[in-house]
Amino acid sequence: MLNLTINGIQVTAPEGSTIMEAAKQNHIQIPSLCYLENVHSVGSCRICVVEIDGAKTLQASCITKAREGMIVHTNNERVQKARKVLYELLLSDHNQDCLNCNRNTSCELQALGRQIGVEESRFEGKQVSHPVDVSVSLTRDMSKCILCRRCVTVCNEIQGTGILNPQNRGFDTVIGPGMDLPIGSVNCAFCGQCTVVCPVGALKETASIQNVWKALNDPDKRVVVQVAPAIRVAIGEEFGLPPGTRCTGKLANALSMLGFDDIFDTNWAADLTILEEGSELMNRLNIALYEKKVTALPMITSCSPGWIKYIEHSYPNLLPHLSTCKSPHMMLGAVVKSYYAEKISIDPENIYVVSVMPCTAKKFEIARPEMMNKNLPNVDAVLTCRELGDMIKQAGIDFVNLPDREFDAPLGFSTGAADIFGLTGGVMEAALRTVYELITGRELPFANLHVTPIVGLDSIKEAAVKIEQPLEAYRHLDGVEVKIAVTSGLSGAKKLMEQVKDGVSPYHFIEVMGCPGGCITGGGQPRSQDPQVREKRMKNLYSEDESKVIRKSHENPSILSFYKEYLGGFPADNHLAHELLHTHYVQRGEFNQFIEESFVLESPQDIKRQSTQRVKETGAAQKSATSPKREELKPLNMLNLESENKHLKNKLSDAMETIDILKIVISDYSKQK
Amino acid sequence: MYAYTNSSTEDKSKYNSIANLIDLHKGREGSLIQVLHGAQKIYGYLPLDLQEFIADKMEVPLSKVSGVVSFYSFFSVKPRGQHIIRVCMGTACYVRGGKEIVEHLLDTLGVELGGTTADGKFTFEVARCIGSCGLAPAIMIDDVVYKQMTPAKVNTLLAKF
Ligand code: SF4
Ligand code: SF4
Ligand code: SF4
Ligand code: FES
Repeated sequence: MLNLTINGIQVTAPEGSTIMEAAKQNHIQIPSLCYLENVHSVGSCRICVVEIDGAKTLQASCITKAREGMIVHTNNERVQKARKVLYELLLSDHNQDCLNCNRNTSCELQALGRQIGVEESRFEGKQVSHPVDVSVSLTRDMSKCILCRRCVTVCNEIQGTGILNPQNRGFDTVIGPGMDLPIGSVNCAFCGQCTVVCPVGALKETASIQNVWKALNDPDKRVVVQVAPAIRVAIGEEFGLPPGTRCTGKLANALSMLGFDDIFDTNWAADLTILEEGSELMNRLNIALYEKKVTALPMITSCSPGWIKYIEHSYPNLLPHLSTCKSPHMMLGAVVKSYYAEKISIDPENIYVVSVMPCTAKKFEIARPEMMNKNLPNVDAVLTCRELGDMIKQAGIDFVNLPDREFDAPLGFSTGAADIFGLTGGVMEAALRTVYELITGRELPFANLHVTPIVGLDSIKEAAVKIEQPLEAYRHLDGVEVKIAVTSGLSGAKKLMEQVKDGVSPYHFIEVMGCPGGCITGGGQPRSQDPQVREKRMKNLYSEDESKVIRKSHENPSILSFYKEYLGGFPADNHLAHELLHTHYVQRGEFNQFIEESFVLESPQDIKRQSTQRVKETGAAQKSATSPKREELKPLNMLNLESENKHLKNKLSDAMETIDILKIVISDYSKQK
Repeated sequence: MYAYTNSSTEDKSKYNSIANLIDLHKGREGSLIQVLHGAQKIYGYLPLDLQEFIADKMEVPLSKVSGVVSFYSFFSVKPRGQHIIRVCMGTACYVRGGKEIVEHLLDTLGVELGGTTADGKFTFEVARCIGSCGLAPAIMIDDVVYKQMTPAKVNTLLAKF
């Protein structure tokens, strides 16, 4: 233990803590901006400065370690002044369009202003406006970026994808993909982890709220909604409930009050996925171990579209390892527009399916051309959990005090196995519960049906399940030890895929979820200040499972009758089942060199961007056409405007450079003082 | 795994030398800058394709490669011609025929703004006011200002290079 004095109070703190941590443990909160517990501490914003007796300059408390006998002032006049200046400078080049900003009232920059009591910005000036980069999944508005670089840490170190990095220098610095490419045209997984940590409105999901309201207001549309398992333990946070609060009944009620016609549960299709994916696994094991033929093992789960996009870019040769199953919400969409449409005699053209997902990549998934049946998209819109929270607020629904409601039949009933789809290890456990029992006729031999080695938040977990005394039909599997691995987060996936690539993967079945922790902390989930949020959501999703009477997918009566009624019984190895429930994948390559498919929504007109695109095109196309055609050239008045614009921008950047210099002078000054 | 398919033999040999360069440097501290430096010497500039090639071979993300390229003004992502033509687009030049000059150059050179001719001779840009408003329209080739230009004069001028 260390003894130190903070603001005149004697306190103690564990060895190795930073000043900020020491203060926090002693009930003093030091304002901060770029720091994010357990994720990011590089000391770039310096908002958290404190004065330390004996030190000449103010120190960033998020990266300075506390030492024995230190005397620290977190809020004296010098500190307050420095903080204000730093904050005002941050605002000086910020696009302060709060009223039109999606983070208004949930913005960390605003909150900081309130905390340190800044009312006006002395350095207020114009900003260089960056074009907004919109893809099907993510929207980047770099005029709001405060360069905290949390997203850079998350994308490079946690996800290992390296899409976002600083480009240019000085005042022109912008965080983004290389060569100013739009994010929808590069190998971004659309996992959205960067949108969760962004403190301001710079990185966010591409909004679908307006489209959904439009559908809800259209009297000719039957609007069907479904919710992913992980939503029920997270949506409450949007309304101030403690992290992880189970809100299943309130959620169903709120959706009905919003005007959705059918309130279905993606859980239903999670059970369906287990039956499809389970039989696929048994098939592959059969081929490999009994028929002794070549098949792609390990088989890898395919529920996480961010993971799918990642493997399509990074390991395009390993796609046969993926299960061919669509992800649960796509299955449900496909079933709604076929089975259910027939049942209620409605033309599927008039059905609009909305999925409420913890995920930004699901917005990309529904835009995949493979996710269509009979020329209709399986799902029409995806709302993130945050977006649904906004819609419920817009509708003035008092979420916290709502009574419970059930999901609607026939696609609303689910087992406990479906609930745990929302967390890392859950799909695997659900699959094992079913596969083991189908093979042996006995229940999975784990206490409370939880496969303990794969429970928890470690990046890579593994287990082995030995098959003993199987049923007659599976005799050849007797004694086989099924080896499994579970990973969440793309860095873990990378490790496991390197093994597969080198032919040394010891596993039969691998579960991959693109986000660390699984869907409970997906890229579309509420942003939380609670460092324990993953544990809390996980614990409650397990309780949701345990609270169900039926906890194994193959015992879901609603699924079984669907197979019987519509697919000719289980297992259904027929064309209809394949068309509705299975899909295929696309080789993309790291630089999209294998396919011309882009997920850019509107490419802003920007000189630099056009030229980089053209460079790319000339690279791809034969270099025969050396000079562009006359009509491709932009009209002259455009050129003139652009040059005028450039001129103004130059002037502006001169002014901004002066400000940059001022910033340095001021920080030197505050250091010296 | 980079599929570099559409290239001339000349390009290929350049890419090969760059690949060798990467083998020499890869894994060493600060090697990316050295590789980029060498690659620009070999290729003349660092277009997206080449950056992708380098990113792939060095096993670093493209965004990091381009981060370095855009940080140092020494690196260029576009080919630069032997001579840089800049047409003044200040107000005076614009109203007194700068526009026609630009149009004329677009046609004669067959490149777009910011582009370089196929033979690598000229790079064509516009400039903000170059301070010759009295004798507008003006153009600059490399460091020399030429005043009161007409399309015909431009032709004679270009022929000298
Ligand atoms: S990011 Fe925050 S401060 Fe900036 S415009 Fe949005 S709400 Fe306002
Ligand atoms: S969505 Fe994921 S992969 Fe894409 S930039 Fe954000 S963190 Fe990186
Ligand atoms: S985009 Fe957001 S997270 Fe990334 S540096 Fe800018 S403000 Fe920080
Ligand atoms: S919070 Fe400490 S430097 Fe940003």
